[in-house]
Amino acid sequence: MNIDIASVAIGVCLIDEHALELEAFAAACGTEVHFVRLLVDEGLVQPVALQPTWRFGGEELARVRRICRLQRDFEANLQSVAVMLDLIDEIERLRAQLQRAGIAAS
Amino acid sequence: MSAAEAVSNMEFKDYYKVLGVERSASDDEIKKAFRRLARKHHPDINKAPDAQSRMQELNEANEVLRDKEKRAAYDRVGQGAQGGQAFRPPPGWDSGFEFSGRPDAFGDGADHSAFFEALFGAARRNGAGGRSGQSSDERRASRGQDHHAKIVVPLEDSFQGATRQITLHSPEMDAEGNVALRERTLQVGIPKGIRAGQQIRLAGQGSAGFAEGPRGDLYLEVEFAPHARWRVDGRDVHSTLRVAPWEAALGATVDVPTPDGTVEMNVPAGSQTGRKLRLRGRGIPGKTSGDFYVMLELVLPPAIDEKARAAYRQMALDLAFDPRVSLGADE
Repeated sequence: MNIDIASVAIGVCLIDEHALELEAFAAACGTEVHFVRLLVDEGLVQPVALQPTWRFGGEELARVRRICRLQRDFEANLQSVAVMLDLIDEIERLRAQLQRAGIAAS
Repeated sequence: MSAAEAVSNMEFKDYYKVLGVERSASDDEIKKAFRRLARKHHPDINKAPDAQSRMQELNEANEVLRDKEKRAAYDRVGQGAQGGQAFRPPPGWDSGFEFSGRPDAFGDGADHSAFFEALFGAARRNGAGGRSGQSSDERRASRGQDHHAKIVVPLEDSFQGATRQITLHSPEMDAEGNVALRERTLQVGIPKGIRAGQQIRLAGQGSAGFAEGPRGDLYLEVEFAPHARWRVDGRDVHSTLRVAPWEAALGATVDVPTPDGTVEMNVPAGSQTGRKLRLRGRGIPGKTSGDFYVMLELVLPPAIDEKARAAYRQMALDLAFDPRVSLGADE
């Protein structure tokens, strides 16, 4: 095993001026521009900024990657993925509520 | 702190065992087994910590066994091999096979184990229809894979900013086409004001490019470590604060621990358990800073000695207080 000890890597948080434009965003998601457009049209993903150009942040990146995973792993169409996303969001919201109420969600 | 999915040693992976099927399983049986296990172990559904690595194995097994050419190649190289055994592909093992599947369904080499990379990585890099045995000068230059990983940091990092060390393991291919596990240690700056679910992009820290192609990028999704006192909701931070009955009844100034240090807060007179107080702008910092919420929890002094018991008895005499009157229990 080769081991490199690298120096400090400067990263940027994908937010505000560092949010990604459509093309870079699609590449970061490992998908195509037209697929991202389709997801926006279908209301599955929303850009964080619309003007002057569409921009997408880290949460959208995770969401599109999740959509791609669900599509691939379940051979699901977009409508099924949309339902899964809604249910996953709902479960996460309820888990957070339980946690805030001091009840550990298993 | 571990970030990228650790890739296990180069062991022979028994893809039939992963899917729980016989070596003679039909395409249909493999498909069914994959679907059943994917529903169970998918990391977007199953919150178990090993769900992601289980799913990675399932996807690999599925990718190999449902592709005629890959399955034939895998069966040939795997003759007599047992899952878990140390494994090294024989030189030129794949000559005569042409992998015509999509080059990479996902553009995400980090989704594969070292074992898979060693067998099918070259074909993937060369693109669809590429013959994996072709010489290096015939290979097109291409950008390295992006890597995606999680980084778990304490909430305080978002208030003060911090530098955290992460260790990444990734299979990388050298000029001769050998795959080796490479471990890298990176110091990563955590920007002030970052929130859970956001991503830090480290340009050029992904896989090495191919044939002079540029390196891919590394994306780190930020997650906060669970904390005993604080719970995070977007930009806001919630906490519970224990107060004495007289502090709640009479009002008081109390010290509240926040991720950014101790803050003085006024408890208004007449407060009850469950009252929520807000420290505006004391949540996660940013252009619009979040708020810090404090929920009061009244704690009674224990009546463990005569002095305390006398004080409670005196209160009962003097206050004529019935906590159940609003329930109609006295009727």
